[in-house]
Amino acid sequence: MSFKKIADTILAASPADQTEIVYRLRNESLTRFANNHIHQNVTESNHEILVRCVSGSRCGIAVSNSTDPESLRKLARIAFDLAKQQPENPDFKGLPAQAPLEKVTAFDPAVTACSPAVRAKGVGIICQKATDAGYIAAGSMTTGASLFGVANSRGVFAEAESTIVDASTVVMSPTSSGWAQASGWKLGSVDWDQLADEAIRKTKLGENPRDGVPGEYTVILDPYATSDLLGMMAADGMSALAFQEERSWLNGRIGEKTLSPQITIVDDGQDIAGIPSPFDSEGQPKQRVTIVDAGVCRGPVFDSYTAGRQPGAVSTGHAMEQSAAERVGPLPMNLFLRPGTSNVEEMIASTKDGLYITRFWYTRPVHPRDVVVTGMTRDGTYVVRDGEISGAVKSMRFTQSYLEALASTTALGSTCKTLWAGGAFNVPPIKLEKFSFTSSTR
Amino acid sequence: MKELAQQAMSTAQLKGSRYADVRIIESRTQTAGVKDGNVDSLGDFESVGFGVRVLVGNAWGFASSADITREEVDRVTALAVEIARASALVPGKPVELGVPIRSTGTYVTPIQIDPFSVSIEEKLGLLLDADATMRRNPGVKVSEGRVTSVRHRKTFANTEGALLEQTIYECGGAISSTAVSGNDIQVRAYPDAFRCQGTGGWEYILNERFADNAERVASESVALLSAEVCPSKVTTLILDSSQLALQIHESCGHPTELDRVYGTEAAFAGRSFLTTDKLGSLRYGSPIVNLTADSVRNTGLGTFGWDDEGVPASSTPLVKNGEFVGYLMSRETASQLGLQSNGCMRADGWNRIPLIRMTNVSLEPGTWEAEDIIADTDEGVYMETNRSWSIDDMRLNFQFGTQLGYEIKHGKKTRLLRNCTYAGMTPEFWNSCDAIGNAKHWKLWGTPNCGKGEPMQVMGTGHGAAPARFRNVRIGVFR
Repeated sequence: MSFKKIADTILAASPADQTEIVYRLRNESLTRFANNHIHQNVTESNHEILVRCVSGSRCGIAVSNSTDPESLRKLARIAFDLAKQQPENPDFKGLPAQAPLEKVTAFDPAVTACSPAVRAKGVGIICQKATDAGYIAAGSMTTGASLFGVANSRGVFAEAESTIVDASTVVMSPTSSGWAQASGWKLGSVDWDQLADEAIRKTKLGENPRDGVPGEYTVILDPYATSDLLGMMAADGMSALAFQEERSWLNGRIGEKTLSPQITIVDDGQDIAGIPSPFDSEGQPKQRVTIVDAGVCRGPVFDSYTAGRQPGAVSTGHAMEQSAAERVGPLPMNLFLRPGTSNVEEMIASTKDGLYITRFWYTRPVHPRDVVVTGMTRDGTYVVRDGEISGAVKSMRFTQSYLEALASTTALGSTCKTLWAGGAFNVPPIKLEKFSFTSSTR
Repeated sequence: MKELAQQAMSTAQLKGSRYADVRIIESRTQTAGVKDGNVDSLGDFESVGFGVRVLVGNAWGFASSADITREEVDRVTALAVEIARASALVPGKPVELGVPIRSTGTYVTPIQIDPFSVSIEEKLGLLLDADATMRRNPGVKVSEGRVTSVRHRKTFANTEGALLEQTIYECGGAISSTAVSGNDIQVRAYPDAFRCQGTGGWEYILNERFADNAERVASESVALLSAEVCPSKVTTLILDSSQLALQIHESCGHPTELDRVYGTEAAFAGRSFLTTDKLGSLRYGSPIVNLTADSVRNTGLGTFGWDDEGVPASSTPLVKNGEFVGYLMSRETASQLGLQSNGCMRADGWNRIPLIRMTNVSLEPGTWEAEDIIADTDEGVYMETNRSWSIDDMRLNFQFGTQLGYEIKHGKKTRLLRNCTYAGMTPEFWNSCDAIGNAKHWKLWGTPNCGKGEPMQVMGTGHGAAPARFRNVRIGVFR
C-alpha cells in the first residue's frame, strides 16, 4: 500500500481535531565481521506507521507496523482515545501547516541492488589485507533504503526516498588497533581498499604503546573524534527544548563569543555533501541553522512544539520522530563543522608536544551546561614530539569541557569527512591547544 | 503462529540449513509521561513480525519481515539461507552448537495486575500527583515522571524440535526533579536515574510509591545547588545499591559476555579483559565478592522461561569468593569452551538476531547492616544514584558520576556533596571491597537501556545489590 493511501485511510477514519501520520518503510541489511570472517549477516524489511491525534490541545500517539486498512483505522481510534483521556496542555499549539519543500536527492539505486554477496566481497578485501598483515579485522557494512513520509489534516504531505551506506573496521594487533569508517548515501561512498589501508596503517603505527601520562595536551583529532565533539554538543544543548529547560550550553551564551573564531557549526538537512533529510517528522522543511557562527553562539533548533512555547520562534524543521520513552525535542541531525585550511600532516608538523587521536569512545556528559564530557581515546593515540609522531600510548581517559577545548582551536583541516553516528556529521580534522587527560588504561 | 514457525523450519531444512530457528513476536509498549504539570507523552506502540536465523555449513544468515504470511515466511527463510551462503564467502572456523535444544512449553511472567488493564487516567494520575508535589518546591525548574508497560508474546521454534511460547510483561518508571542556578544544573531521580524497570505487572510501579518520594526528590535537587563540590582525593567510597547496580553492569556484566571475549563485538561494543586464560585463576574481587547471573529471580529484567535459543532459565556463578569462575554464554560460544550454554541469548525484537546479553547479574548480599557500614567508616564519601558513566572497551578503566553524595566523618554522614565522581580500574576496585550490605538492604534493579550489537539493540538487564564499601578510591575527578 502506498504512503498516500495509508495516509488517506487514516485521515478518513480519524475523529480527531487534527491528525498526523508519520510513515517509514525500511529495508536494511548489515554484514558484520570479526576475527577475519563474517559472523553475522542480517536483513530487515519493516514499516512503521505513527499516528498523532489532537483533541483540543491534547495529543495521543499510536504506532504499529500493520498496514491493512482495519489496522490503520484502529490506529487512529487508539491515538484519539489516548488524546481524550488527558488534561489540556496549553503549551501545545497544534500541528503545523504545509510549507514549501525543496526536492533533495539522496537515493542511489545501487544501494538497493547491493546483494549480500557484494557486501561479502568488500568485507573480504579488509579481512584478506588484515590477514596478510598478520592482524585481525572486525567491523560491519550497512546498506539501507527507506521511504519516509509525513502527512497531516492541515495539508502537509511530504515523502522522500533515501539510501544510506556505512562501513567501518577496527584492525587489531596484539598491542594496538586502528580504525577507519566511511558513510554516505551513495554505494561509492565506501572504498574498501582505502578503509583497510587506513586501519592497518594506524594499527602498525600504534604497536607497543607506552603508558599515557595524565595531563593537559595539545591534541590533533581525526574527523572520527571531531564528530564526537559535535555529537555531544548537539545532545547537550542544540535543542530548543534543552534551551527552554535551561540545561543547554547555549543558555546565557547567545551572542557571546564562546568558541574560537575558526569554529562555525551549521545544521543543514538539504546539503548533499552530508546525508540529507529534507524535512522533519512534522513534514516541515529542514532549514539551514547556524548554531555557532565564527565562535559566536547563535541559537538552537526548533520543532513546532518548542517554537509554540517561545514568542517569536518558528519551527526550523528539526522535529524528531516520537519516541516510546519521552518527548525527545528537536535535534540537529545533519551537522557540519566548517573546514579550515590545514591538514593532519601540517597539524602534526606544527606541534611540539601533543597527542594525535583517532577517535573517542564511550563519551558521556558530566556537566551539560559546560559540555564537560568524560570518555576514552581508542584505536590509536599517538605521541607527537617536535613535529613528528614518535610512538603511541595506551588509550587515555579524559574529562574535558568541549566548549573550552573548541575555544582553543588553532587549526581545522580543509577536507571534511561524512560520518554516520546516529546522525550525520560532516567534519574536518581539528587541532586543539588544550585537552585534559586524567588517566591511562592498560 | 506455531504452524508458521514450523513451516519456516521445514523450509530452512529444505534449503540446506543444518540448523535454523525462528521467533515470531508481537510486542506492545504503552508509555505515559508528564512534565511540569502537563502530559508530555502518551503513546501505544505495537510491532509484529518474525525473524529466521539459519546456519548453512559454518555460516550464519538472518532475515526478518513484518509481514506474517505463509508466502513471506518461505521468502524470508530462503533469503536467510542466501545470506548465509554469502557469509560463507568470507569463512571462519567450524561452528558447533553443543547438545540439541528440544525445549517445549509455555512461560508467562507472574503478574498481579495486567498493566494494560490499568486505565490511562490512573497512570497519569499517579504521575501528576508526584509532579504536583515536586512543583510545590519553588526551586524546581523541571519536574517529570514516566511509566512504561511492555508485553512481548514470543513463539520460538528450531530445527532440533524446540517449540516454545512465552509472554513477558515488564513495567517501569521514575520521577525526577531538575534545579538550575546560574550555570549549575542538578537532577535528582527516584527510584533510579534510568527508569527502574522489571518483569511484572502494574504492582511493580505501585510498590515504588512515587508520590511518597516526590517531596524529597525535589528538595534534594534544590539543596544540591548550594552543596559543596565533591573533594578531589583518594578515600573510602560507599555506594548505594542503585549506583552499585550500574557498576556491576559495566564492570562485571559486560566483561563476562563471552562474545566480547572472543572478539565478535570488537568493532562496536568492545572486548573484555576477562580472557579465557583467566577463568578459574583471576582474583577478580575480594573474598566477600560473589557475583551471579540468573534468569529466574522474580521481577528481574533478565528473567524469562527460556532464552532466544530455547535454553532454559538458570543461575550461574560468575565470581565466587572473589575468584572469576564463569561467563555469560550462547550455544556457539559455550561450545568453544567445551561447556553448555547458560541461556544468555536475547534479541530486542523480531527483526534482530539474539546476542549474548546480561540476564540478572547481581552482587550477592553480604553480612553488614547498611547503617553499620557508615558507622564503621572514619572518613570517606557516600554516593547515590547515577549521573554519568563511562568505561573503556576492555571494561577496565571506568569513571562514574552520581547525583548526590555525603561526606562521611567519624561514622556519620555530614556535608551534602554535588558533582560527585569516582574512577578506577575494575579488578583493583572490586578487590578493595571490604563490606557488603545484607539481604535486608539488597534490591534487584532494572536497567532498561543496555545497547549492544549492530544494528544496535537495546535490552533490559537486571542487577541486584546492597550498599557496599570500597577502599582507596579516587574521587572528585571533575570539579
